[in-house]
Amino acid sequence: MQDTLLDIRGLKTWFKTEDGMVRAVDGVDLRIDRGETVGVVGESGCGKTVTARSVLKLIDMPPGRFEAGQILWQGRDIIPLDQDEMNQIRAREIAIIFQEPMTSLNPVYTVGDQIAEVIALHQKLSPRQAMAGAAEMLRLVNIPNPQKRVHDYPHQFSGGMRQRVMIAMALSCQPKLLIADEPTTALDVTIQAQILELMQEMKDKFGMSIMLITHAMGVVAETCQRVTVMYAGKVVEEAPVEALFGDPRHPYTQGLIRSIPRIDRAVSRQARLESIQGTVPSLLNPPAGCRFAARCKHAMDICTQGIPPLKEVAPGHRVACVL
Amino acid sequence: MNAPVTPTEDLLRVRDLRKRFAVKGGIFSRIVDQVHAVDGVSFEIGKGETLGLVGESGCGKSTTGRCILRLIEPSSGEVWFQGNDVTRMDGDALRSLRRDMQIIFQDPYASLNPRLKVGAIIGEALTIHKLAPTQKAMEDRVVQLLETVGLQPDHMHRFPHEFSGGQRQRIGIARALAVEPKLIVCDEPVSALDVSIQAQVINLLEDLQEEFGLTYLFIAHDLSVVEHISTRVAVMYLGRVVEIAPSRELYDNPLHPYTEALLSAVPIPDPTVKRKRIMLQGDVPNPIRPPSGCHFHTRCPIAKPDCAQRVPELRESKPGHWVSCHYRG
Repeated sequence: MQDTLLDIRGLKTWFKTEDGMVRAVDGVDLRIDRGETVGVVGESGCGKTVTARSVLKLIDMPPGRFEAGQILWQGRDIIPLDQDEMNQIRAREIAIIFQEPMTSLNPVYTVGDQIAEVIALHQKLSPRQAMAGAAEMLRLVNIPNPQKRVHDYPHQFSGGMRQRVMIAMALSCQPKLLIADEPTTALDVTIQAQILELMQEMKDKFGMSIMLITHAMGVVAETCQRVTVMYAGKVVEEAPVEALFGDPRHPYTQGLIRSIPRIDRAVSRQARLESIQGTVPSLLNPPAGCRFAARCKHAMDICTQGIPPLKEVAPGHRVACVL
Repeated sequence: MNAPVTPTEDLLRVRDLRKRFAVKGGIFSRIVDQVHAVDGVSFEIGKGETLGLVGESGCGKSTTGRCILRLIEPSSGEVWFQGNDVTRMDGDALRSLRRDMQIIFQDPYASLNPRLKVGAIIGEALTIHKLAPTQKAMEDRVVQLLETVGLQPDHMHRFPHEFSGGQRQRIGIARALAVEPKLIVCDEPVSALDVSIQAQVINLLEDLQEEFGLTYLFIAHDLSVVEHISTRVAVMYLGRVVEIAPSRELYDNPLHPYTEALLSAVPIPDPTVKRKRIMLQGDVPNPIRPPSGCHFHTRCPIAKPDCAQRVPELRESKPGHWVSCHYRG
């Protein structure tokens, strides 16, 4: 516990809209220790991306606002920090990469310029030295011909190569935590495998922690040590990766894992996929009680009355379910 | 040229299908190059069967599907559907073909007209093909179709934006079913959906296949989904089919090095499974100037010098299992 890097406690990030208050993140606890990869999984709209962006305070306010909770970065709450102090953290300590590398790179600057800008922000270097540093970063993420490619523009790179550029840029400030928001969702499987391997390699090299936001259970199983499962703005289960896949306790987690077709098992098409009936509830007026109750096979009367708290069922394995 | 033949009755036969797209450039938009999106594809689909077509972005799988429906005009090749060559049809023959072959698209947000109510979206095809003589008959049929895909009758009075992604995909399926097709090209039908919803739609497609005796060409990049739903699977790389086999056979005994690498790259949702991953180097080459010989030789772990010279033919390695590699199978 002493080596906790990030500790999110009871975070509520809400958005004010014309229709009312959207409770996108509604009481989330999440801890990331030094050197570990933590997966945050859940489906569209479960609040995983808003949680990630809250950590860097990349939420437009208004319409968003922090309704409650703390985000402790190395023991210090960052919610009250001003823009300058936040920029220090963004420049040196926490980096983020996004799903769509094309929209997060500036199309009118060369990738070298963009990486050199980050390096110059962090170290006092001449433009030439910064550009050499940029080429070095490209070499590190296995981009062929780095000396030449620093002068290329983002559109001259393929999707996988662009994500490498994003990783190079994120790592050039040598962050302690890398937040990867669906980093491989837009990529083909063989390229996804390359990027996941690269992230692992970089993590070992720099000793950083990774917060991996994804909807792909397979990616989580292969890369994370611990996993947090979110549903409709809340954490429903948190466990070491082996426990989550070997002994999922929350009916939503169970449904998620069972609804994926598996190519490593010879069941094939005879077996029907298990599906979770219905759809995700609106976060404008979330149901009272457990938010999954309406879709849950085991739901009882008690489920609609109170919100079940996270309870520890095994060391490090916590579940928000009355069962 | 040899081509795979299955013992079942074929509903569709594709022979040496090719599609080139012109690349325009310069100040006069002259044709400066050509992309060989589909470069000699042959396969057939038996009645009631599901053929999975997999491959990475840009391999030509969607173009193949669209050429079969003639939503894109193929450059050459033949597409035989129930004994007629689709590529030579026009007028009434083509219109009646459109009744027999339908398509479901990937993006349920972009493929439904936002200004039409669901009843009109589904009913449009009934009107075009004169399948509903009266307004009443049309409404009855729309209600029936909505119920078939698991929606409510009153949904016909709503607009597409009032539905979730999974429900919109159900509307797309109802629209395809309206004309009682024999073949449905499913072009990445579940790729945009969340996993729990994905399973609902896959189960629905399987139920409908059983109920109406449908034949599917199922195009997707997700190998787990394709394995689950398909009877046979064809793997494409840079415009060519590199391997075709019965679904389980392909996954258990992949022959082509590309298939092998592709399968090993799929993350398995079980942390206790540790597999050896075949890491492919680099990206898919530019289809404007695909590598000579075997298109895969630039990334192939077992490539030999002659792979750059000779194009491997698709040949039957064991019954029903076809592969195009000089050194495998």
